[in-house]
Amino acid sequence: MSTADLIPADVAQKAVDARAKLDEHTVKTVQWHFDDRTGSPFWLAKKAELKFDPLTEVKCFDDLKKFPLFEDDWLRGGPINRWVPKGHSGKPVYVFETGGTTGTPKSRMVIEDHWKDYELFSETLPDQYFPKGSNWLMLGPSGPRRLRLAIEHLAQFRGGICFCIDLDPRWVIKLIKKGWMEHLEEYKKHCIDQAVTILTSGHDIKCMFATPKLLEGLGEALEARGTSIQEVGITGIFSGGTEFTPQWTRFAVEELLGGPVSEGGVFMTPTYGNTLMGLACGKPISAADGYKISYYAPQPRAVTEVVSFDDDNQVVGYGETGRVKLYTLTDEFFMPGFLERDEGEREAPFDTFPWDGVSGVRPYHKLASGTTVGVY
Amino acid sequence: MITLSPLRWGKPYDSLDFIDVVHFDTGEPMAKIGTVGGGVVTRDLRQAEKARDALLQVSPSELLKMCAKAAELFKSGDLPVGDKVQSVDDFVHQQSASTGLPEHMCRGNMDKNAFVLANMEQILQCLTRGLDLSILSRGFGDEGRGVTVSFQAQTPILGAVLPNNSPGVHTLWLPAIPLQVGLALKPGSQEPWTPYRMISAFIQAGVPAEAFSLYPGGHDTGGALLSKCSRSMIFGSAQTVAQHAGNPRVQAHGPGFSKILIGDDVVDDWELFLDMMVESVLSNSGRSCINCSGIWASRHTREIAAAIAERIGPVDVLPPSDPESKLAAFSNPAMATGTYAMVKQDLAESGVTDLTAKFGEKLIEKKHCAYLRPMVVHADSPDRGVAAKEYMFPFVSVVQCPQAEMLRRIGPTLVGTVITRDQKLIEAAGRCVEIDRLNIGPIATNRLNWLQPHEGNIIDFLFRSRAYQIAEVPVASMA
Repeated sequence: MSTADLIPADVAQKAVDARAKLDEHTVKTVQWHFDDRTGSPFWLAKKAELKFDPLTEVKCFDDLKKFPLFEDDWLRGGPINRWVPKGHSGKPVYVFETGGTTGTPKSRMVIEDHWKDYELFSETLPDQYFPKGSNWLMLGPSGPRRLRLAIEHLAQFRGGICFCIDLDPRWVIKLIKKGWMEHLEEYKKHCIDQAVTILTSGHDIKCMFATPKLLEGLGEALEARGTSIQEVGITGIFSGGTEFTPQWTRFAVEELLGGPVSEGGVFMTPTYGNTLMGLACGKPISAADGYKISYYAPQPRAVTEVVSFDDDNQVVGYGETGRVKLYTLTDEFFMPGFLERDEGEREAPFDTFPWDGVSGVRPYHKLASGTTVGVY
Repeated sequence: MITLSPLRWGKPYDSLDFIDVVHFDTGEPMAKIGTVGGGVVTRDLRQAEKARDALLQVSPSELLKMCAKAAELFKSGDLPVGDKVQSVDDFVHQQSASTGLPEHMCRGNMDKNAFVLANMEQILQCLTRGLDLSILSRGFGDEGRGVTVSFQAQTPILGAVLPNNSPGVHTLWLPAIPLQVGLALKPGSQEPWTPYRMISAFIQAGVPAEAFSLYPGGHDTGGALLSKCSRSMIFGSAQTVAQHAGNPRVQAHGPGFSKILIGDDVVDDWELFLDMMVESVLSNSGRSCINCSGIWASRHTREIAAAIAERIGPVDVLPPSDPESKLAAFSNPAMATGTYAMVKQDLAESGVTDLTAKFGEKLIEKKHCAYLRPMVVHADSPDRGVAAKEYMFPFVSVVQCPQAEMLRRIGPTLVGTVITRDQKLIEAAGRCVEIDRLNIGPIATNRLNWLQPHEGNIIDFLFRSRAYQIAEVPVASMA
């Protein structure tokens, strides 16, 4: 099937416009990060190692391919301040961590990016299911995690208050690695119990974030008490995690959430993201589409590509499989091409998100055996 | 290509997630299996009582007749399996192609499963010591001694996380059905064939379909089964067994470390037992927990090892359809290379000698699979690490050990064949708690008498003997 068959003319024009905006945003971002007055110590030092001058030789998004791949190991250890752009010096800085079960975690400094990302994401949430002013439950990791503060901000941005639970994902990974499955079950129960207590304490919570596994656990726990996610008043859920498969989504819609939204079930939207990139939105899911999950990055602040397994600068054809490559292009964080530990299929632009997306996200097959997924 | 779907209490479920079953040698996909996650399992298990309720509608004697019919269908019928009708030959080809087990061994395992099913009445009589099965069904009764006995089912269903590569183990869960206990099985990703065909045979024989669930899937699926079933079985490594040790809800089956011990009184005649030793090591490509991994004697150990090596050392890779084929492939080649690396470590220890070295390369690597050819090693003392090893191919260590030390040095032994006429040794072997199944005399370790319990009596696992007292309730006198 040709590109013209896949992408209607009006969407194709929108895609051209979006690309022009991305090119412009890329140049601006690179100028910021490599200008001696505004760039971070890390990238200013890196500039000396590059075989090109980013200030004069990056004229569009594709020119980012001149950079070597971003190595997430650069984020391990300090000083964290080397990542703070001089142009933002003096502002309050957050640090968010990923991993860290053993050894030094990867740290990303953030000033307001998590707010901005989730304010943009907020625009994609249908008010009918995520009513403005309603309260939220964050059923996910606590601790030095971007997600926890981001969800709280999302709730506040929409005029609500966010309730949270205590959940240490590093301990969960240790339990899995030790094979302490009974402890794992108990810890999961401990987390779910906190959520059930919050949801049944009269806080008028209508919206929530939950990972697939915790959502499953919550549904199970509520049903064991003779109620359900729907009956406790939840109307909208956004959920994230690589284990978000079409089958799981179907199971959730049909058996956990009271059926499809069109038949009165709870609305659920899948998302894909991480501390480095932010949050990619899901295309609306439906039974007619085989519960296919497609994600679209919040361009131009972040970009996802699906690239060839053999050549990470070569984008694969629509519908073809490749490795997920991420770019982050904000004035706080610059990530010119990072190979994620996932693979998937390249998706065509559509009206809401007129740029490339990725579907069928799963652990990269060559790394899959060593990956502990579905942690919380 | 055949597609196997999950079964949820008798109802096929069209999953949206699939895994491919591939041919061990070519890597070509040969079947698709729809998978489900732990959420589906957890949800279904809340309805587990319905499985037992459905079975309780049929009397144990009727279920035993259905078992006999299912045995016949399993062994010789054309049965609906997945979206196809499967003949016996289809089954054998499919199982061999996905597991790497030679076809004649697949037929052997099929016969074994069918035998257990066909003889279920006798087996249950032995396992219950003649208890009237209606007592298990009703929960209490009188055996004719004027005393009420009660056996309470501890679970409405038996869960099982089944192995990938051992089609012979399925005999262990078969008794659940005539005991009116439902089944929730997670089939192995490379060997879904036996559970799917067996369940189909049961249903075709008249057993209520609501008694069965099949949940292909990943670790999450198996984890949900183990955590939500009151009684379940798992098949895995020594690490898996250790993980579930002491958990009364889980019966873990792992390596057997089965052994042959030869008494001083008969060891000079060791050649008389050579055929039996070879069979114990080589049968089923050395893949079972009941294959012999250690032969212990106080003398002649080097000659014994050399003689076994002469018999099994030349065994080479043959096509799986060849009736002479004795070796199963490792469908995951990394498992073979990893195993061989461990064997080489064993051989590096002083006092350990490879008697099969002269028969050529042991690790045979192919594009999509690998083989390990038989090995016989001699250990001059039970102190050698190899004396306590078991591998998934024909591998045996012949260990030199004084008779007086044997029983306290052998370690866990699923099948212990003790060849002796020495009454003291026989009595000591009977008392040795390291040995599970005890054979006195030259009985190959792989020759099981199914009328006796295997790794724990399933009746004890599924039922609890308890007190049950009955008194008439007096009627209040009219005022």
